[in-house]
Amino acid sequence: MSGPVNGVTPNELLAVNGARELRDNSTVFAGVGAPMMASGLAQRMHAPRLTIVIEGGIVGPKWKPGSLPISTNEMRAAYRAQMLPGITDAFLLAQRGFLDVGFIGGAQIDRYGNLNTSAIGGTYDRPKVRLPGTGGANDIISLCREVIILTVHEKRRFSETVDFITSPGWLTGGDSRRASGLLFGGVSRVVTTLGLFGFEPESRRMRLEALHPGISVDDVKANTGFEVLVSGQLTTTKPPTGEELGILRMLDPARQFL
Amino acid sequence: MTISRREYDFQAARRRLEAKPKSAGEKLTTIDLAAARVKDGDSLAFGGCLFSRTPLALIRALLRRRPKGLTISRNLMCYEGEWCMVAGAVDKVVTSWMAIGLPWGLSKIVREYVESGRVPMEEWSHLALGLRFRAAAMGVPFLPSLTMLGSGLVDVGGSKTIDCPYTGQKLLAVPALFPDVAMLHVHRADRFGNCQIDGYPHMDADIAKAAATVLVTTEEIVPEEEIRLHPDRTVIPGFIVDALVHVPHGSYPHECYGLYDAEPDHFSAYVDGINQRGAAGVQDYLERYVYGPATHAEYLALFGESALAEARRRGRELCS
Repeated sequence: MSGPVNGVTPNELLAVNGARELRDNSTVFAGVGAPMMASGLAQRMHAPRLTIVIEGGIVGPKWKPGSLPISTNEMRAAYRAQMLPGITDAFLLAQRGFLDVGFIGGAQIDRYGNLNTSAIGGTYDRPKVRLPGTGGANDIISLCREVIILTVHEKRRFSETVDFITSPGWLTGGDSRRASGLLFGGVSRVVTTLGLFGFEPESRRMRLEALHPGISVDDVKANTGFEVLVSGQLTTTKPPTGEELGILRMLDPARQFL
Repeated sequence: MTISRREYDFQAARRRLEAKPKSAGEKLTTIDLAAARVKDGDSLAFGGCLFSRTPLALIRALLRRRPKGLTISRNLMCYEGEWCMVAGAVDKVVTSWMAIGLPWGLSKIVREYVESGRVPMEEWSHLALGLRFRAAAMGVPFLPSLTMLGSGLVDVGGSKTIDCPYTGQKLLAVPALFPDVAMLHVHRADRFGNCQIDGYPHMDADIAKAAATVLVTTEEIVPEEEIRLHPDRTVIPGFIVDALVHVPHGSYPHECYGLYDAEPDHFSAYVDGINQRGAAGVQDYLERYVYGPATHAEYLALFGESALAEARRRGRELCS
């Protein structure tokens, strides 16, 4: 699962399917890695009027192919930006409602799209593994109109429960997210290396909606730590096209993020 | 965790400012005298973000004084936080994220110190910590926000919610964070401490206004007239700055927007040392780069002029 399938790497699959979720004339909050590749690809395909906002306090960058950032707070991330408002003010754009889509990932994800990037095992204060922490992920999932999770699909990530809710998805389902005080947003999509997931409208449980070519429902079940709901209208995603892959590889010729 | 009243006590913070001289006079001093203004047990906020415009020269000068019992806060804490842990200087780290950067994975030092309970890591969302500095900069005890609600961060951090007096809506009451000392690195200042920053401003201006004492290093000291010709570029006024030190390459090998690029290979070598020797690898690094060099020039000589020139070339190219 970690190597290329039909010459397409896992990150290329995530970037291509993430890009297809973005709409023209909209805004996206994106971090480095697959979210950045997805956003840059969408701008060059179907969404030329997409504005990218980066948590380092960067609005509308035009990244230089072959010189992509490894941090949201570096000059490569800000290359040819339209505005540098600062970190707090970039997030306040999201709180005001200007950010349509946010991309995030996580070390653990449960059936409601709750994510853990803080601590695994033990207690929160004395964990077995201390992860780096939320960074902007909690703000993105709390404040954007909708959030798309981009992640490699592995059983240890897709977990029955998360040890800690760093970034709240649909919490315990139903209207629990709204009841917690999170008035807006929520996770709309989970794009993985096996397929695409949405959420049941009432229960807010994750539901398989499309498989990537060559992947079966059983493959998904074998790599998921919770019960997999399957949509009645299960479809298959279009494989990445030559044009999509060509743009990604033009942006990142050294394949640092592909 | 409960939040100490000292962090959000806006009345005490205001009284401290009212009692303090707010001079338009000369602020230039030496880095050792600037660092000497930090007392054991102080709460410090570092400017910059991750490996961008970190006040590394000031932090090195501080660590040479072998401080104890500090609390350090910064939105994305990079290896300077690891130095403080291994040097035994900190009792608590306040941050939203701590490691060197994505390519280097989890921080083994964070794992060692936080998992064992030796140094607690207080975690806030990126925006929430930004609003903690902004609330303090505004002189109020908290700011309402829609972030972090519903997450585990509310429970472990001890933050509270309020019911909006107008709409009745539940909101997060993000508590102010008034640090004792702000440590910042800027692009240029006049000798009175009027500071200008190029590129992304990070949170430096809020941190400066939030703190009781403000220590600044600057890449360049410019004539007063240059500030007066471009006052719209000044983000920190001189009267809030307590000490100013002229330190070219003051955040190197972290980057300084438009002036020099960061050195990822140097970070990799640092991480290799940790992979081989754990915290002792950081101790070796501190001996060589922090405690060893007697002057900033000696420190820069460890990297060599050709590396510095190349970092400057990349920095200019990325912003032109």
